[in-house]
Amino acid sequence: MIHKLLIANRGEICCRVIKTAKRMGIATVAVYSDADQNALHVKLADEAVYLGPAPSKLSYLCGDKIIAIARKVGANAIHPGYGFLSENAEFARQCAHNNITFIGPPISAIEAMGSKSAAKHIMQQANVPLVPGYHGDEQAADILKYHADTMGYPVLLKAAAGGGGKGMRQVWHASEFNDALAAAKREALSSFNDDHMLVEKYLTQPRHVEIQVFCDQHENGVYLFERDCSIQRRHQKVIEEAPAPGLSETLRQQMGEAALKAAKAINYVGAGTVEFLLDVDQRFYFMEMNTRLQVEHPVTELITGQDLVEWQIRVANHERLPLTQEQLKIKGHAFEARIYAEDPNNNFLPATGRLSLIKTPNESAYVRIDTGIQEGDEVSVYYDPMLAKLIVWDQDRSTALARLQKALSEYFIDGVSTNIDFLSRISQIDDFKAGAIDTSFIEKHQEQLSSEYKLAYADIVPIAALALLLERQQQTNIAKQDPYSPWSVQSVWRANDNYQEALKLYVNDESHDVLVNSLMSQDRQLFNLEYQQQNYTCWGILDGQQLISSINGHISTSTISVNSPEKVLFTAQGRVRFSRALIDLGLNEDTHHTNNFTAPMNGTVVAILVDTNEHVEPGQTLLVMEAMKMEHAIKAKTAGRVSEFYFNVGELVDGGAELLAFHGEEGA
Amino acid sequence: MPTIISKINTKSQEFADNAAHMRLQVTDLKEKITQIKQGGGEKANERHTSRGKLLPRERINQLLDPGSAFLEISQLAALNVYSDYVPAAGVIAGIGRVSGIECMIVANDATVKGGTYYPLTVKKHLRAQTIAEQNNLPCIYLVDSGGANLPQQDEVFPDREHFGRIFYNQANLSAQNIPQIAVVMGSCTAGGAYVPAMADESIIVKNQATIFLGGPPLVKAATGEVVSAEELGGGDVHCRTSGVVDHLANNDSHALQIARDAISRLNRTKKIELDIHAPIAPLYPADDIYGLIPKDTRQPYDAREVIARIVDGSEFDEFKTLYGQTLVCGFARIFGYPVGIIANNGILFSESAQKGAHFIELCAQRKIPLVFLQNITGFMVGKQYEAGGIAKHGAKMVTAVACAKVPKFTILIGGSFGAGNYGMCGRAYDPRFLFMWPNARISVMGGEQAAGVLAQVKREQKERANESWSKEEEANFKQPIVDTYEHQGHPYYASARLWDDGVIDPADTRQVLGLCISASLNKPIEDTRFGVFRM
Repeated sequence: MIHKLLIANRGEICCRVIKTAKRMGIATVAVYSDADQNALHVKLADEAVYLGPAPSKLSYLCGDKIIAIARKVGANAIHPGYGFLSENAEFARQCAHNNITFIGPPISAIEAMGSKSAAKHIMQQANVPLVPGYHGDEQAADILKYHADTMGYPVLLKAAAGGGGKGMRQVWHASEFNDALAAAKREALSSFNDDHMLVEKYLTQPRHVEIQVFCDQHENGVYLFERDCSIQRRHQKVIEEAPAPGLSETLRQQMGEAALKAAKAINYVGAGTVEFLLDVDQRFYFMEMNTRLQVEHPVTELITGQDLVEWQIRVANHERLPLTQEQLKIKGHAFEARIYAEDPNNNFLPATGRLSLIKTPNESAYVRIDTGIQEGDEVSVYYDPMLAKLIVWDQDRSTALARLQKALSEYFIDGVSTNIDFLSRISQIDDFKAGAIDTSFIEKHQEQLSSEYKLAYADIVPIAALALLLERQQQTNIAKQDPYSPWSVQSVWRANDNYQEALKLYVNDESHDVLVNSLMSQDRQLFNLEYQQQNYTCWGILDGQQLISSINGHISTSTISVNSPEKVLFTAQGRVRFSRALIDLGLNEDTHHTNNFTAPMNGTVVAILVDTNEHVEPGQTLLVMEAMKMEHAIKAKTAGRVSEFYFNVGELVDGGAELLAFHGEEGA
Repeated sequence: MPTIISKINTKSQEFADNAAHMRLQVTDLKEKITQIKQGGGEKANERHTSRGKLLPRERINQLLDPGSAFLEISQLAALNVYSDYVPAAGVIAGIGRVSGIECMIVANDATVKGGTYYPLTVKKHLRAQTIAEQNNLPCIYLVDSGGANLPQQDEVFPDREHFGRIFYNQANLSAQNIPQIAVVMGSCTAGGAYVPAMADESIIVKNQATIFLGGPPLVKAATGEVVSAEELGGGDVHCRTSGVVDHLANNDSHALQIARDAISRLNRTKKIELDIHAPIAPLYPADDIYGLIPKDTRQPYDAREVIARIVDGSEFDEFKTLYGQTLVCGFARIFGYPVGIIANNGILFSESAQKGAHFIELCAQRKIPLVFLQNITGFMVGKQYEAGGIAKHGAKMVTAVACAKVPKFTILIGGSFGAGNYGMCGRAYDPRFLFMWPNARISVMGGEQAAGVLAQVKREQKERANESWSKEEEANFKQPIVDTYEHQGHPYYASARLWDDGVIDPADTRQVLGLCISASLNKPIEDTRFGVFRM
């Protein structure tokens, strides 16, 4: 019997597992790195043990340390969550050696599915349909390219050991093949320490539909229906739902049975997910099997009413599956939206920073939030940028979708940019509403998704201006000795004149002019704002992140983040950035001229591609940085040469740091 | 504290008539000020801003803490005094908050005659320095001036209270650790060059401002040397070579930012030894004042009605209510600051003068600031009163007013005539600030009285010469005198000559007093030593 469970993970999944374990009366142990000392998962666990420095290689990926900790604290089981060690057969083996229950499938199953090419081979034997592709061991670039050419483009390059889109590249033309292969290999090597690649035919309009399977140690197996995870960007899932819209009962059953067949083929035990590509012609192909709990498992939980972590623990305790296939029924519809720290307007570049504000929608029977973050936490470069998951449920797809839209509009995060508005926009696209989705949905709707939609400024500017005025008032220098001085009141009083203060503000980078008249009434300061020939009489109270504003008598409460010069107002129209226009202070003569070869974010230098003083052409990549496990190429803007690189390969660089000294060539 | 219960009927016709009359005067005042704030006019302003310079009032707005009030003094200076149009005497001066500190700001307006100094420009500049000295306020000079106005040199240059006094003051203010910061934003020629040179810290805008004792034309005339203004005295020269200036700014805004930074580094704190309470608004609206001041200045009214609309919660703790009733004395608070208020409720008698002297002594002893609400035609005259020693009783009050070292603030809310002006802390008695309402009148005596006195003298002359003087002739004799007194006693005439610190809207009185009191508290209140009181 599992009596004490160590969770070898961090973030929301660790918190998620702790919740169920606690409910089942199992003691919980968390582990943490330097970066996570104050993290939520550490606070929620009954015990927490220090693991090592921030980089995962030195902490969450250190199987031996984790096993040593489990032994020391007397944990007799380890839940690996997803990612990190969850599909590491060696770690599972070490657990077994140490008499610790690894909550996952048998080692053989992990190994069988661990290599994608081997997995496909097994599935081929078991008559599970496969996408055409090359899964062989020959890894020479020209051989891989030969296979790609034969299959015809587009093809997909995948790291055999990969997952989560890492080490994966689409190749649309033969000419791009070599570059893409090199990049995919580099990414695979750094992510998985293995650059073995597969080449597959790339289906252009497939849906990603996966089946949740569960097997116990008594040869029982069920499928808990499907999840549609077609809404992806850069091969990372963004919004998932269950059941898959428009999937016929017959197809559901076919896919479920195929998935179970796949699981049986490797004597699977525990929670697993068989991912299929579902083509427009209703044919489906095996993609891979994930031998762990999936990020998106909550949607399955909500439509089946089951707790999959509880199932995992029961199965690990040699119990039989709690339900049979006949007992499992789909009830209602669920969505999951993944909230990432990233900038959707800048190619989804992962974002880092301190979470200065977190406000979530209220949880209920309809709204669930799986999160591992708290206000004040630092989102670092070390781990996955997913911050939280918002999961909603209702009787049918359209009502569940309405829940999703509302909950997203009530989810506020500041300090790092997030994809919340982006998610919200996806949820409002007609095709999404209609369930007309496939894996290229985001690319197809790029324009709608990225276009900065027109704000109704008349609703926003007065509130933003009021917020700036109230914030300034809070900063008034009040002399301790003279606390009630009329000089401390921001009255803008002028002798025999009505002085109007011109307030210039930027709202989402657009400038707006507001004339401000300050009026004192008996008990509060009123502002009369003149904006675009309209008058707004306003007052307000700014209390931390809450702004109560009265604009021409319309009182409303909004969430606001005022911690930095650029403030954020969360409105029905999404996240609105605003700031006071700065006065032009001119240019100082001795301003250091920079060529702007700066690190786009905190990260590591992974490659330096030119020699110092070597001639480079415009557009040539000089240096490659990796941050959040994604690569960013720093390229020459003009012809010239690099006289010095300020960092070596492997060094950690702060965002904004100058990376190199570049000398452009005259006349270039 | 007892509360003043107003007896004014704000619904009466009389109230409405009075209010309409006062409103006319306030509107006229505001229109004048609006005109004056245009400075040298559209063309001059445009020429000024086209050079990338900010207008002087915009400079002040940027210098001030965001939202800060600006207590401008002598807006009407030089109004209708010179044949030239010199609005605000070509210099804007007033108190405002900069980096949390109340400062005196003096800004030349180059759009007005190149910012040159007329006699009243000098007087206003010196008055600003006096306010700074009396109230311990750092000075910020926004310099953009061609120096002394050459055609007026005899009225500007040689005397004690002329141009040279500005620099004398700078030296002596600095000596008292009243910081002197100069921001050179335009030309700063000849004597003017001493403003930055005498400053504790100075800032100059590059490629725009210049400082030199003699400009290029003078240099060429004197030595034949041909040199550009920038080479001769630009920011670069003074920051890199001459060391006349300490900080080089990119533009006006940058210069003002540097000035703000300089003020933030002064290491000053306000030390207040007053028992301060949280302010409470008066019970009655401020603009009631319009309706309670009689249209006819000879008609009496109760000064307590004005007090009720100025002090916190309309609370007024009266002193010697039943004695010397023509002078109202009592304690109150304005913006939470304790004050002693002295207001006229009629002519001064011996009793009222003694009561006033007593009350001033109380406030000086307790270090409570004094507010004078002047509406006085003078001391009582006549055989009985002279015999009763009204001169010595009046002298007691004048002595008390003259010697009291607590901050004094005077508002002329009605008449200010004769020795009443002295006893009620007129300009000569060094109130920290003195403001007039637009309905106020100031002269040695009323126009009618003066005309009467002069007519009496004339009649006696005529009678001695056995000449006849008809009633009509007498009336013709008196009218110009009355007119002259009316003209010269008008607040605009007074304010144009800096007999006061400005004319204010009566409804702003509480606000102005609050700002003045707070500013005055930058200087610790001294002990008072009174002179000999004639008993």
